[in-house]
Amino acid sequence: MKELASRIQKGEVTALSITERAIKLAKASQKDLNAFITICEKEALDKAKALDALVKNGKTLGPLAGVPIAVKDLLLTTGIRTTAGSKILDNFIPPYSSTVVQKLEAAGAVIIGKTNLDEFAMGASNENSAYGPAKNPWDLTRVPGGSSGGSAAAVAAGITLGAIGTDTGGSIREPANFCGIVGLKPTYGRVSRFGVVAFASSLDQVGPMCKTVEDAALMLEVISGKDMNDSTSASVATQKWSQNIPTDVKGMRVGLPKEYFVEGIEPEVEKNVRRSIEILKNAGATIVDISLPHTKYGIGVYYLIAPCEASANLSRYDGIRFGHRAKNVADLSELYKRSRGEGFGPEPKRRIMLGTFALSSGYYDAYFKKACKVRRLIRNDFTEAFKKCDVIATPVTTGPAFKVGEKSSDPLAMYLNDIFTLSPSLAGIPGISLNCGYSKEGLPTGIQLLSNHFEEDKIIRAATVIEKNQTDVRKVPYGL
Amino acid sequence: MDYELVVGLEVHAQLLTKTKIFCRCSTSFGAGDNENTCAVCSGLPGALPVLNKKVVDFAILTGLALNCEIRENNVFSRKNYFYPDLPKGYQITQFDEPICLNGKVTFLLDGKENTVGITRIHMEEDAGKSTHHGEFSLINLNRSSVPLCEIVSEPDFRSAKQAAEYMRYLHQVLLYLNVCDGNMDEGSLRCDANVSVRKKGETKFGTRVEIKNINSFRFVEKAIDYEAGRQIDLIEQGESIKQETRLYDPDKNRTISMRSKEEAHDYRYFPEPDLLPLTVDRKWVEKIKEGLPELPLQKHHRFVKDYGIPAYDAEILVQSRAMGDFYEQVAKQSKNPKAASNWIMGDLLKVLNEQKKDVTQSPVTIQQLSDLILNIDGTKISGKIAKTIFEDLAGGKYAGKSVDSIISENGLAQVTDTKAIESVIDKIIAANEKQVLDYRGGRDKVFGFFVGQVMKEMKGQGNPQVINDLLKKKLKGE
Amino acid sequence: MTSQSNIDKKTIQKIADLAQLALTPEEENLYTEQLGSIVNYVSLLSEVNTDGIEPLVTPTDMAFTMREDEPLKQLSPEEIVANSPDKSGNLFKVPPVL
Ligand SMILES: [Mg+2]
Ligand SMILES: [Zn+2]
Repeated sequence: MKELASRIQKGEVTALSITERAIKLAKASQKDLNAFITICEKEALDKAKALDALVKNGKTLGPLAGVPIAVKDLLLTTGIRTTAGSKILDNFIPPYSSTVVQKLEAAGAVIIGKTNLDEFAMGASNENSAYGPAKNPWDLTRVPGGSSGGSAAAVAAGITLGAIGTDTGGSIREPANFCGIVGLKPTYGRVSRFGVVAFASSLDQVGPMCKTVEDAALMLEVISGKDMNDSTSASVATQKWSQNIPTDVKGMRVGLPKEYFVEGIEPEVEKNVRRSIEILKNAGATIVDISLPHTKYGIGVYYLIAPCEASANLSRYDGIRFGHRAKNVADLSELYKRSRGEGFGPEPKRRIMLGTFALSSGYYDAYFKKACKVRRLIRNDFTEAFKKCDVIATPVTTGPAFKVGEKSSDPLAMYLNDIFTLSPSLAGIPGISLNCGYSKEGLPTGIQLLSNHFEEDKIIRAATVIEKNQTDVRKVPYGL
Repeated sequence: MDYELVVGLEVHAQLLTKTKIFCRCSTSFGAGDNENTCAVCSGLPGALPVLNKKVVDFAILTGLALNCEIRENNVFSRKNYFYPDLPKGYQITQFDEPICLNGKVTFLLDGKENTVGITRIHMEEDAGKSTHHGEFSLINLNRSSVPLCEIVSEPDFRSAKQAAEYMRYLHQVLLYLNVCDGNMDEGSLRCDANVSVRKKGETKFGTRVEIKNINSFRFVEKAIDYEAGRQIDLIEQGESIKQETRLYDPDKNRTISMRSKEEAHDYRYFPEPDLLPLTVDRKWVEKIKEGLPELPLQKHHRFVKDYGIPAYDAEILVQSRAMGDFYEQVAKQSKNPKAASNWIMGDLLKVLNEQKKDVTQSPVTIQQLSDLILNIDGTKISGKIAKTIFEDLAGGKYAGKSVDSIISENGLAQVTDTKAIESVIDKIIAANEKQVLDYRGGRDKVFGFFVGQVMKEMKGQGNPQVINDLLKKKLKGE
Repeated sequence: MTSQSNIDKKTIQKIADLAQLALTPEEENLYTEQLGSIVNYVSLLSEVNTDGIEPLVTPTDMAFTMREDEPLKQLSPEEIVANSPDKSGNLFKVPPVL
């Protein structure tokens, strides 16, 4: 990414030619991958031309000069339709851009399209998209993961070097894992949520999805920082994570939580994770056993808190100011009920119902409040653990990408897929997932590295060491 | 059977900030349709609230004025319900961790002090405005997210008049604090009343009915009176009171049912995850305390005590902070607090009323009024001349001029010179022989006629005492 | 919190009403069953001792953000109503309220 930006800056290649190529690939891939909901060809080409003109005039562009980037269709883009993967926002043209999109554009990035996702980012397979599921370039019969499935597929297929995803309970790390790329969920508060369609406000976080750890680090540099439009963005300095990343992990203590290495993990997944841990050990890390005793409650806590927050966040989709409005309604109540009933797909409805129930009179204390208390215990687990180690290493999921349709009829089974990514989200800590091997079917499997709040530098360092020492690196079979 | 009324008020005061509570839109009244809206207050996807610090400042100040404890831990919550003027489908408000608790406020009712408890004060955002047009309604979000303080009283009121008087006093206090413009026509101050009745001597509360959105002091009193009567009638008829929410219809002076308890909302409050818990530390509270002005009742007591004016006068003079300041300065500069009060209560208020002006726009300045009083007391001018000067000042005749220069330029100083007065008296006596004879014949009444004639001749500038003395002598032929 | 879920069809209808969601009879049945099993699953939390534990909302410690009281015009009323399915001038239009 740095190299591409530098070549464009030097005028060795034009942003236009790079953008044209990316758009051509994106279009060509659509019937197989369905990675994009909207490809913004005109806007991207205009932007690329403008950047080339600036280069010609000797202007210095930002660190992403002319780099094509795909953005999850959950982030608002001025004048470009933003659907959140839902029919309820099918015609929504935002009058403003999210802070992350503004930062990307200021850094010289060219946004070529809005990627497919589970409706309102609710899902782990992309099958909940109202625009049809995106597919996994490693095996078109399999899911790319979710909810940032389109972003993962686009990067894995080589359409762009980087994409923006969002992660609420694993929605960056899990699809990155299924598609064999790098996905980084920053610390909650590291990146602004302003202009990102909200799913669960206390969990949502925007992050990069890239081919390499260095690229993810570079994109993080661009998108992070305090935003006065987001009260939950932290005033913590942005670092130059992509520069001078050490190639060793001398002195680093890597914790292995016993609750994350349990039965039910596919042997190759665990084997690949253990091999990566060996790599870290060989590069100077100390391996320590740790315990995160409240792990088993993570799913329960998550599947109360996220739907509760979502149930309120999705109330604004009422058919009045934007979005789908039902036709021929008799009165206001029918307008609300039918607009929402017609506009939302099954998963948002399920979560709205669940969240509304858990907040309703008589259940609040037993469900929502209880979940928030256990959430603190889960965070305390991590706080304790990070006294013993710098980085925690775990699998990302129990297995590689599953088949389209395999889990879609049983929501609980689908929810269990997120078991390793949920607790870190609840604790607000950063996590990175990257490929570390393959399953027996030849599908990528990954490792998740976690660190304490605002210590992204540590996981970037450890991930870089694992990445550089991979011996088995395979090419995506899907060719464009 | 005797009944006792039990009332508590929830007052919503719009805070006098330049911008809304969670976005930077203007709060100006009367802007074009949806002119004062943005992504945040119109509830667009992805928009997030950012708290206006001034709102917290104002809430703290209000809490201090109402003797509340200012709480360190503040949490904003979402109150969930669907309504077209509520763009997010939830209102951001404070629920179980409000900014103020346990206050009390003392006000005067028929000259007697009444104290009622303040349960809590919290900060929240207002909703937008719907207007109804038969076949459809239209939604304007200019008011959406305008900051409000909700001031909840204890159920301490025992009469409608007491509740209305509290509301008036609260209005005064909020204006003193300059945290609310108090404009009830524009909805800047409105209240909900919780009303129940019980038989005298009963200690348990009766079933309460909430009356929504009352927007004048008069309506507070009328709505509560009507509702109390309705409840008593029902009880007398052997029926029970239904817990419900009712609306007051001022045109028909009655309350009508809006929704029953069964239809009551389940608001599903939960902590607003888009805002962190807010810590209000002692330092902040102390800083705000420095700006806490003297409140109307304190000022009232001080005026009575320090200036010796009647309580009735004091009550009127403290009605606004500016009026109190005006009075106090005139009282000091004129060195005659009672005269100052008389002038303001009588002449000035009348002029301000006629000219529909605030005391800050008074056509007669503090200096001018003080000088008038000083000149009367120094017998430089007569009270009558002073009234004339005052009226001319009020009419804008001498804008910007000092009272002394008005007096000297127009020769309005009182004549006490005996010679000058004597010569006028001689002239009048000479011209009215018949009346002189009448007087000398015992018709004392005619004396007034002579005083009038002399005064008239002297354009009101003659010293009345001197005229009286001299006239008596001359008429008696001395 | 009981191990047996309290979710029956009547509850589902009540919740759908609160959430202003029109559900088909099939959806009602489906959600009665699915929410029941999810609620049963999350009831697992009741076994955790949380005495004296404060609820956690925002998971990261950070300073509260406030802003000064300075107006800034950001969008025009035309932009605000542009996406509305029904409007009148710059106002949103809805079926009669009340
Ligand atoms: Mg309220
Ligand atoms: Zn606004």
